[in-house]
Amino acid sequence: MKFIKYLLVGIFFGIVLVKSEAVSWYRIFEMFKFQSFHMYGIIGSSVLLGVVSVGLIKCMGIKGNEGEKIKIFPKDKGFIRYLLGGTIFGLGWALAGACPGPMYILVGTGVFSMLIVIAAAVLGTFVYGVIKDKLPH
Amino acid sequence: MENLLQPWPWYVSGPLITFVMLILFYFGKTFGMSSNLRTLCSIGGAGKYADFFKFDWKSQRWNLAVVVGAIIGGFISVQLLSDESTINLSSNTMDDLSAMGFQNVGNSLLPSEIFSWDAILSLKGFSILIIAGFLVGFGTRYAGGCTSGHAISGLSNLQKPSLVAVIGFFIGGLIMTHFILPLIFTA
Repeated sequence: MKFIKYLLVGIFFGIVLVKSEAVSWYRIFEMFKFQSFHMYGIIGSSVLLGVVSVGLIKCMGIKGNEGEKIKIFPKDKGFIRYLLGGTIFGLGWALAGACPGPMYILVGTGVFSMLIVIAAAVLGTFVYGVIKDKLPH
Repeated sequence: MENLLQPWPWYVSGPLITFVMLILFYFGKTFGMSSNLRTLCSIGGAGKYADFFKFDWKSQRWNLAVVVGAIIGGFISVQLLSDESTINLSSNTMDDLSAMGFQNVGNSLLPSEIFSWDAILSLKGFSILIIAGFLVGFGTRYAGGCTSGHAISGLSNLQKPSLVAVIGFFIGGLIMTHFILPLIFTA
């Protein structure tokens, strides 16, 4: 039962990303071609509101549902891993037209070929885990 | 109701994505979709091959519930919340894709040239999906996050690593879209 609320969050997330067309391969192509404001509007407005909200959470010490102050854990320091990993991710994002969230959502819309992409993504994550210590971070 | 069935404008969708992030923060969690790929590896027994996968994956079950929900959300959107409208792409995008041999651009969410069974059953089509998925899975873990973890949560938290990662997303995305896709797809 305790997972129901997460299931509902997921359902909401899935609907928003489909209705916004952010799950569309075409929209990702259009974004990387700088031919429409649509995706920049989605990400930009989301981040803008996010910056304000996270700032407020920190300033006001807003508490979560278990009565503890909400903490947002920062990412580890580093540069190479973020630039290189990000670039590799970007190549895949523009080819698949989907990042991990949309991949799952698209399966629900009936695009079962996306299961192949997800399987390959799991494999990619596995290979990273195996060779991780040999990579610059 | 009519507005609900039509595509939602960016200024509605963007803030709603922020809301998803905030509600997960409220529950004491994070907003990160790619973490589930690592969890799936661990469930599959990848801990035998690398310590990276030796973690208590059960602590991540909540995130798998989000994934299951996302799949259901996708189903609900197309079955109940769609008026079958086409994607209102810019005319430049439509022209560029037509010149690359794409047909019926924007009539569905994804191009059949890449995702239809006909396309996948060719070596080229199958390779595209495998390579794309691999790059996403490898890159996102190397970078420590994807669009939700870095672009939305990380930038909202004004983290420098996330800004570097997002710059990387764009370097990779621009190279693929401007230089590699035109080599793969020619009319």
